[in-house]
Amino acid sequence: MKMQSSMRYAEIKTSTPNYWGILAALAVIALTGFAAAHHMDTEGHHVTGMTNQVVWGLPHVFAIFLIVAASGALNLASIASVFGKQDYKPLARFSAVLSIALLVGGLAILLLDLGRPDRLIVAMTYYNFKSIFAWNIILYTGFIVIVLAYLWLMMERRMHRWSKPAGLLAFAWRLILTTGTGSIFGFLVAREAYDSALLAPLFIVMSFAFGLAIFIMLLMLSFRLDQRELDHSHLQRLRKLLGLFTAAVLYFVIVFHLTKLYGTQNHDFERFILLDGGIYTLMFWIFQIGLGNLLPLAMLYAPGLQRSNSALVIASLLVIVGAFAQLYIIIVGGQAYPLNIFPGYIVESSFFDGVINEYTPSLWEFLLGFGGVTGALLVALLGIRILPIMPESLPAEVQ
Amino acid sequence: MATELDNIELRPARREFLKSAAALATTLIAPGIILYKTGHASNTPGKKPRWGLLIDTNALSESDVDACVSACQREHGWESDPDSRTDAQWIRKVKLTDPESGHQRFLPMMCMHCENPPCVDVCPTGASFKRDDGIVLVNKHTCIGCRYCMMACPYKARSFIHETLKDQLPVAPRGKGTVESCTLCVHRIDRDGSNAIPACAEAVNHGDRKAIWFGDLHDPQSEISQRLQALGAVKLRADMGLNPGVRYQGL
Repeated sequence: MKMQSSMRYAEIKTSTPNYWGILAALAVIALTGFAAAHHMDTEGHHVTGMTNQVVWGLPHVFAIFLIVAASGALNLASIASVFGKQDYKPLARFSAVLSIALLVGGLAILLLDLGRPDRLIVAMTYYNFKSIFAWNIILYTGFIVIVLAYLWLMMERRMHRWSKPAGLLAFAWRLILTTGTGSIFGFLVAREAYDSALLAPLFIVMSFAFGLAIFIMLLMLSFRLDQRELDHSHLQRLRKLLGLFTAAVLYFVIVFHLTKLYGTQNHDFERFILLDGGIYTLMFWIFQIGLGNLLPLAMLYAPGLQRSNSALVIASLLVIVGAFAQLYIIIVGGQAYPLNIFPGYIVESSFFDGVINEYTPSLWEFLLGFGGVTGALLVALLGIRILPIMPESLPAEVQ
Repeated sequence: MATELDNIELRPARREFLKSAAALATTLIAPGIILYKTGHASNTPGKKPRWGLLIDTNALSESDVDACVSACQREHGWESDPDSRTDAQWIRKVKLTDPESGHQRFLPMMCMHCENPPCVDVCPTGASFKRDDGIVLVNKHTCIGCRYCMMACPYKARSFIHETLKDQLPVAPRGKGTVESCTLCVHRIDRDGSNAIPACAEAVNHGDRKAIWFGDLHDPQSEISQRLQALGAVKLRADMGLNPGVRYQGL
């Protein structure tokens, strides 16, 4: 493991039109997201697809994707610092930077989608400590502070010995954070789609997979832009890891639905998701399971594709496509299914009781969500330009 | 004689002293904040009231339930287009059909004013709150519009204000970007105490013919408690242990 001790890091130096073009495009899309949020704020949420039945829509899908992926992106640093795997050490700095960037993007979407985003100061000063949301405000801000400190300890040679305990703290914090995110839904006892302790560990394995998929793509992109050497052996390790995490997500999804399927009381809900829920059923089988789990698994483990970089990129992209489908089904599908207030009766009302609730995302919500993603990518790409985050090269390992 | 005179003279002085002592205490506890008592005293000494509703669905026709909704709209100044999925509905008409017998009934649904309200649990800023007298409200000044309470409410009692509102009524301040729901006509209760009648009840109670009872669930002598004791009632989603303050008969 001599390589790591002599590992040198450097800022991204490329100044090609391609590079600046990517940054400019990201900035423009992020600003469009702000503009969309401003429009929603001044007009009111009636310009969005949300209703009094489906109160969390596409912005929440994007926001929760980013927040979940953020904690997962920190994994590579944790594997190096906490579990002592030196092979991952060169990637630890970028892992920390990416996790902060993704979290900032997700939080920006959540904040801008509030009915009163101008009341941020209220959210920061009034706390109801029984609310999992209030805990999350503390968990998210704490995460940013801890990971920034962790990053500094990793980068400052004199403080290096403190990076291990800091990494341990960051690892513990991120597990609690994702537990908190999953519990936003897990604690909702009134809705059949949620109300499950399994949502917390499900969100944790989702974070492992989603965060790693983004990490792999950005790592390959930035090395290519700056023409740095990235040996196959490093990607091979990440390929195996992504396969493992994707399989773990699939396992938790199967257990979640099997548990719900066992009890007769949940049969209608399961039929809605798995059999006759229209768009949700389609998304579940085609996008979440097929394109998001099975196909990437096949691509990551197929013997003939082990040396293919494009197979790895496509598999990572597919994992992200599956992630969006999965979160859409959890968040929107869970609200589309009606509340069961009067079991055994056919229920009708002026307030859409007893019917599958409609939700059609608006352009504004898409722009806000997409703007958050591009904002996060922009922060990450600027981070590696300003600071020596990325290894100068990742050559083949000399064992 | 002298003592009586003394007393007469002393009493106002003593009252003044007590008043200023109370004022001093208020300043010491929370300068700049005036404490109002919430709700009116219960008939049972030593026990706080808990206001609730008892709705007899047997006594309600479809038009009665419509009258409840209209009365609430007039009282609080909200409107709802029947096709709109974004307009607020503080109270709604629910039609229940028994799939086996085809038997139908209509009932009004609103905030259940739970003893253990999930909306209050999940609210990050504490804007969703329960008063000492059991009324669950939203503080319009600290609601950030996150809608988590709407996710948590098992009764779909809450609405989010999707657009700018005009011509609001003084008794029901509302604001774009915040969440709202039935207030149990808290402005009437704060004015009239146990003699208050919420607008929905007023709309369907005519003389001796009553369909909705309002009163103190903690006072065993109140009409609502007496009726609950004699005839029983159903709490919606009783399995969740929320102990709603709105009860139904005839379900």
